[in-house]
Amino acid sequence: MAGEMTEILDSTAIQRALTRIAHEILERNKGVDNLVLIGIRTGGDYLAAELQQKIAEIEGVKVPLGTVDITMYRDDLGHRSNLEVGQTDIRFPLNDRCVVLVDDVLFTGRTIRAAMDALVDLGRPRTIQLAVLIDRGHRELPIRPDYVGRNLPTSRSEQIEVQFNAQRGPIGVNLFK
Amino acid sequence: MNFAHRHVLGIKQFNAEELNFILDTAKSFKEINTRKIKKVPTLRGRTIVNLFFEASTRTRTSFEIAGKRLSADTVNISASSSSVVKGETLEDTARNIEAMHPDIIVMRHSASGACHYLAERLDCSVINAGDGTHEHPSQALLDAVTMIQHKGQLAGLNVAIIGDITHSRVVRSNIDLLHKLGASVRIAGPKTMLPPGLERLGCKVFSRVAEALEGADVVMMLRIQLERQGKTLIPSLREYSRYFGLNEKNLALAKPDAIIMHPGPMNRGVEISSAVADGAQNVILDQVENGVAVRMALLYLAAGGEKQNHDADEGDIHERLAD
Repeated sequence: MAGEMTEILDSTAIQRALTRIAHEILERNKGVDNLVLIGIRTGGDYLAAELQQKIAEIEGVKVPLGTVDITMYRDDLGHRSNLEVGQTDIRFPLNDRCVVLVDDVLFTGRTIRAAMDALVDLGRPRTIQLAVLIDRGHRELPIRPDYVGRNLPTSRSEQIEVQFNAQRGPIGVNLFK
Repeated sequence: MNFAHRHVLGIKQFNAEELNFILDTAKSFKEINTRKIKKVPTLRGRTIVNLFFEASTRTRTSFEIAGKRLSADTVNISASSSSVVKGETLEDTARNIEAMHPDIIVMRHSASGACHYLAERLDCSVINAGDGTHEHPSQALLDAVTMIQHKGQLAGLNVAIIGDITHSRVVRSNIDLLHKLGASVRIAGPKTMLPPGLERLGCKVFSRVAEALEGADVVMMLRIQLERQGKTLIPSLREYSRYFGLNEKNLALAKPDAIIMHPGPMNRGVEISSAVADGAQNVILDQVENGVAVRMALLYLAAGGEKQNHDADEGDIHERLAD
C-alpha cells in the first residue's frame, strides 16, 4: 500500500467505540433476547467477536456469533482477479432472530447488499441491523448503518485499513492517501 | 492468488499452489450442500452445457447439481439423444452449441484429447469430465478432498491404486495430483492392465496386491470395465477377483485406519467384496458428496478465471468492489 499514512483511531479509541456500540445495540434491542452477531469476513468477523465479548461483560450473556463470507453473492464475477472463497459459519437458525451484521469499513454498500442476500438464504431474521467501525461514505446503494464507530469523510482514491494483531484484536485504523 | 485458467482440461495444467487453491475453494462450497436452501447466486445468468458422449450417472448428475446450486442454467445433452447419432462431427456439434452462447461446456468423450481439441476452437470455457483414457480431473480433485477430510493432508500419505491402470483416466489424474501434493502412489494390477512407464511417473509398481496394500493409508480400487476391454485382458472375473480383488483378508495388510475409495460404479464381488464395500473403512459415498463441492469450485473458477486476461484496465473497479 503506497502513499501517505494517517492514523485515524488507535487501539484505545477502537475499544471505546466498540464499547459504545455494544451499549447502543443493547439499548436498541432492549437486551440480548434473540440477539445474534454476524461478522463479515474478514475484519468484520473479528470485530463481531470483540462485540460479543463486550456484550458479555455488560449483560453476562454470550450472544451467538457467526461469520458470513460474501464471495458467492458478489455481483462482479469475471471482473475481479481475486477468486478466493471463504467459509460461512453460522451454526444456529436465523429465523426470527435480531441479527446485527458487523463490518469494519462501510463504503459502497455492495458488500452489505451481498451479506444480506447471504443471510436471507439461511433463514428469515426478524430484523437485520448494521454495525460498522468506520463509515467512509460514497454509498452506491440505499444502505445506512445503525451503529457507527466513526464517520470519516474520505475521497474515493483514499484507502482505509483496519489493522488486527495475531490474536485478531483491532489495533488501529489507518488512512492511506 | 491469481487463478488464470478458463479451461479445466486436466490436473496436468495446474501446479501445487493452484491445486490447493481449488481444494480450498471446494471446502468453502461444501457448506452450501448442507443448507436447507442449497443455492447461491454466484453463477446467476450463466449457461452451462453438459455434453456427455459417454454414459455417466454420477459425474453428469454431480455437474448438473453443482451448476444448479450456483444458480447457473444447466442443459444436458447425451450422445444417444443428440445429432451425433446422425453423423455430426464433434467440432460441428460443439460449434452449434456455442452459437447459443453457453458460458461453460462440460464434456465427456471417449477420445483422449477431445476436450483440448474443443478448448482450442471454442470461445467458451471447457471443463473435462473424462476424456478417453487420458484425464478425469474433477474425480482426482474429489478424491483429494476426501483423503484430506479423513487424513488431514495429502503429504506423506501412501496411496495404493489397484486395478485396470491402462484404461483408467481416473488413475492418470490421480497420480499427477497426488505426486504434486506430496503423496506416494503404489500401483498394482494384472500385467495386461499395467501400462509401461509407471515408474517414470514416480509410482511404485507391484504385480501382487498384497505388496501394494502393506501399510497403505488409502486404498483406491478401480473398476474392471466390463463393457470395454475388461473381459479380454483377464482370464475370468473369478480369477481377477481372487488375485486382484479387495476383501477383508488382504485389507488387513493396510493400515488399520486406512480408507477405501472407489470412483464407481462398483462391480461388487469383482474388484471389491461386498463386505469391504459396505465396511466401516469405506468412504465411497463421501467421494460422491465431495464431488458436488469440487465441481461447484471448478465451475466457479472457470467462470471467474474467464476474463482475467483482458481486463487490465479495470483495476479501478477491482479496488472499489474489494472494499
